[in-house]
Amino acid sequence: MIRVLVPSGVLGLEFSKDALQRGLENKPDIIAIDGGSTDSGPFYLGTANSKYSRAVTLGEWEYLLKARAQAKIPLVIGSSGTCGTDTSVDWMVAITNQALANLNQNIRLATIKSSQPNERVVAAFKSNRLTSLKHAPTINEQIITECTGIVALMGVEQFQAALSREVDVIIAGRATDTASIAALPLMKGIPPGIAWHGAKIAECGALCSTNPLSGCIQVDFHANCFEVEPLDPSAQCTPHSVSAHMLYENSDPFILHEPGGYLDVSNATYKAVSDRKVRVSGGQWVSASKYRVKVEGVRIAGYQTTSLILVRNQHYVRNIKSWVDKLKTFLEQSIYEKFGLNGESFFIEFRLIGADGVLGPLENYHLELIEIGVLGIVTAQTQQLANELAKHINPYLLHFPLTDNEELPTFAFPYSPAETERGPLYEFCLNHTLQIDDPLEVFTIEVFEANGMSKK
Amino acid sequence: MVCLRNKVFKIRSKNAGPFTVTIDVFCHSPNDLKRTKKLLDTSTLSRLFGVDENKFEIYEIADLNVLKVSFPRTHSQGSRLDRDMHGAQFAELLNEMVIPNNFEEI
Repeated sequence: MIRVLVPSGVLGLEFSKDALQRGLENKPDIIAIDGGSTDSGPFYLGTANSKYSRAVTLGEWEYLLKARAQAKIPLVIGSSGTCGTDTSVDWMVAITNQALANLNQNIRLATIKSSQPNERVVAAFKSNRLTSLKHAPTINEQIITECTGIVALMGVEQFQAALSREVDVIIAGRATDTASIAALPLMKGIPPGIAWHGAKIAECGALCSTNPLSGCIQVDFHANCFEVEPLDPSAQCTPHSVSAHMLYENSDPFILHEPGGYLDVSNATYKAVSDRKVRVSGGQWVSASKYRVKVEGVRIAGYQTTSLILVRNQHYVRNIKSWVDKLKTFLEQSIYEKFGLNGESFFIEFRLIGADGVLGPLENYHLELIEIGVLGIVTAQTQQLANELAKHINPYLLHFPLTDNEELPTFAFPYSPAETERGPLYEFCLNHTLQIDDPLEVFTIEVFEANGMSKK
Repeated sequence: MVCLRNKVFKIRSKNAGPFTVTIDVFCHSPNDLKRTKKLLDTSTLSRLFGVDENKFEIYEIADLNVLKVSFPRTHSQGSRLDRDMHGAQFAELLNEMVIPNNFEEI
């Protein structure tokens, strides 16, 4: 039996320390936690930034490093620093060094890097080793070259290669959500249908339980089943809470694609072992003939500056749609004339916060409103131009009349300056797999001693 | 006026990667699952979400009484015209969908 302790769905989102202690008393074989995903949008991969604060990440990671030393087991993190670029791995290593100094601890550390040079992905595209996944955007050589961040998602083989070098801690770049959890059980001979399925159920921590916020869970991998239970007394795993997790962020509830094959849970069964533990069996692993890893890439699609005004006057609130339509037409015309731009080189959008800000043209309800926010978004090819256009828009956002023969209105700017520079607009432009001959081909593993002792 | 949310346990939506949205409709019973499936035909879904009829994938998870609907995002997550980074508010279109008063007889 292999026991995996998963402290939470992602590092930075808190976990119960009591629950973690309870987990450690159960003598797990490894602690595995995820560090990110694409969930928060393209900015993070575009800039190699973390979504969570450094201080919170340090606090949690230090606690896990202490727990690992206490239990004398490996600690692994996948998709470090939200997006899992090489820069994110380095960020996580710096945090680790700081934590080790605080703890007066020395460890043997492995990093696994997964950023991909644009030229490598272009070469793969040219040699037909890049395959579109469902709903992938159309790509060409130029788009790949323009990417500001590309990562490949590692599977279990890369974690296993690092684990086999007897390291204490693995800091990995972008990985599938399941890989860091499935790696050790597979290495120890757990059948892949069981290992991958258990890893998928555990990947979001206690999200597979009745109390998702409680964080810690434990998965026991056996030869013919896995058992999952939450470590916080307030939470329970039920056959419903566990099986429902297969639906989460997965377009097909029965199939999960991973490097080297896919998991099919069509025939899986979920049985309650107690009022808080569930036993699962029947997941099938289907190996693929080629080893493919998913690649994610983002590029800059322009630069943005936003302005926000609040409208409280009922005449304007009631006619807000006609007002923004008229304003937009007027502004576009004036920008053609004053800036010499054509319609393709900039975009102005007004979103009506309070009317249809979330759903836009899909909104079905139009109720009477007290006030409305108008969010103006300017997108242009440079930041300077986006700022210039937003400044040009400013006086009209403040004073533009609904009809020609009425008094000039004045709306509410909530802050000064009214414009906010948003920086580059990143967009995802790859949803593909990269075929490789050897799982370690496009990932770099380094092992070194990280010595925090008497550094403070 | 009866809405779908009055007849089901819960409806949630979320991105399944940056290019796909997936919606889970948790029904109370196998019969309700069948009724919900009839209501959520691809032409209704197409009208609600502004996506071509043939782009919807619909799954029934009998053990959970869940109907799952997955479809491509009109605008990829975080791109210029996207309004909902996590895709979690798309569920409201189904929550608020007006359904026949005789849901139990469908």
